[in-house]
Amino acid sequence: MQSYSIFSLARHALSGHKNWRPAWRAATPRRRYKVIIVGGGGHGLATAYYLAKVHGITDVAVLEKGWIGGGNTGRNTTIVRSNYLWDGSAALYEKSLKLWEGLSQDINYNVMYSQRGVLNLGHNLQDMRDIRRRVNANRLNGIDGEVLDTAGVKQRVPFINTSADARYPVLGASWQPRAGIARHDAVAWGYARAADDLGVDIIENCEVTGVRREHGRVVGVDTTHGEIGADRVGVVVAGHAGVLADMAGFRLPLESHPLQALVSEPLKPMLDTVVMSNAVHVYVSQSDKGELVIGAGIDAYNGYGNRGSFQTMEHFLTALIELYPIFSRLRMLRHWGGIVDTSPDASPIIGKTPVDGLYFNVGWGTGGFKATPGSGWVFAHTLATGEPHSINAPFSLERFHSGALVDEHGAAAVAH
Amino acid sequence: MLLITCPWCGPRDESEFSYGGEADIVRPPEPEAIDDAAWADYVFMRTNTRGLHREQWVHAHGCRRWFKAERDTVTYDIRATWPMNEEAP
Repeated sequence: MQSYSIFSLARHALSGHKNWRPAWRAATPRRRYKVIIVGGGGHGLATAYYLAKVHGITDVAVLEKGWIGGGNTGRNTTIVRSNYLWDGSAALYEKSLKLWEGLSQDINYNVMYSQRGVLNLGHNLQDMRDIRRRVNANRLNGIDGEVLDTAGVKQRVPFINTSADARYPVLGASWQPRAGIARHDAVAWGYARAADDLGVDIIENCEVTGVRREHGRVVGVDTTHGEIGADRVGVVVAGHAGVLADMAGFRLPLESHPLQALVSEPLKPMLDTVVMSNAVHVYVSQSDKGELVIGAGIDAYNGYGNRGSFQTMEHFLTALIELYPIFSRLRMLRHWGGIVDTSPDASPIIGKTPVDGLYFNVGWGTGGFKATPGSGWVFAHTLATGEPHSINAPFSLERFHSGALVDEHGAAAVAH
Repeated sequence: MLLITCPWCGPRDESEFSYGGEADIVRPPEPEAIDDAAWADYVFMRTNTRGLHREQWVHAHGCRRWFKAERDTVTYDIRATWPMNEEAP
């Protein structure tokens, strides 16, 4: 692999940047692999990378129906945090956050993880009680967190509307200093490049059209490039998990919804942290280009159309203006939607399925990006050993039979 | 924004309605007679159809009555809406 560094940049500058090699090979699929990963988003590529790096399994193909970085990995609002209430979620997202902290060095690709902290605002007394409980739970789980009062919020974000007569007054916030944002495209490209370097085949424009089974065991997949055999198949998709489960003959407790986001015109640096609000429901951060990145909740109806309804946008923009009157004349440059698979308890499903050798890592809902490294790490363990890691054991499909849900609705610091 | 035809009030903006999820899910008549997997299937599992999807809506800011709809989940076109107690047109 050509190493990326200040020296390689200088060397290539001398030749006019004409000799950079592609970051990964355009692999043609072989007839058979030990492990096939369906879905070349961040989670799938991270899974492939950790399979090769941690478990030494390099006979791996990642099948992506579009292009790398073209799905939800490139559509999210890039927030990374781990301040979840329940022990199971805290372990999963904190594992991920620890991996984020060393990721750029690990994969020799600058993912621009900026630990600028995340504020989760509280607007009434119950919000503040919930925030105290969550911060205490976080600290017991070894996750950093502080409770701020109104003055503490104002100190970090001076232009936030903290007047006492606001419709939803800002009474305080939880503050996770190690949280932040990362460059989402770089995460996909960096993992793709690092996995490719370890021998993983990344096959773009290759859609899976069927899951081949014999005697209750997976033996491969049908694709637009023909049949490909495999000992184990890991499905890591967003937006179409139900479609893949249908191919394999079982049902999932998931519903697909559009999730929209907006980017504003670029501004001078003014917001050096991430602010999320549950009650008025909007979250905002400022990208390195100066654009405000703004998101909120899903559209209520089921949809696969990569777009949502106008009034959802209107809802989170009125919330934005309520909290930040200074943004009232800001123009929006881009708007888009992605499709997220929401689960009944707002937690993902990572583990075994009714089909032997077939594993699913799906249902991340609105919050999958932050979990990219940890999700890949635990799912690689699951694919390599055939059993879930202790971190993803609580996130089995069986929890919907046993009733042991990981209920992160609201508990996750934002509404889902 | 979707334009949804309430069977009683006619075409109205989506913002007047609330979504009620997949339609035609029948509660098992004898819950105590089925196992956990069958109960979980009733409570949690969904078809999550890509294409024509039968679903429930309520005209929350109108007549407040529930009805069923068949909507394409890719194009978002609504093929038909009809009252809860009637057959699909």
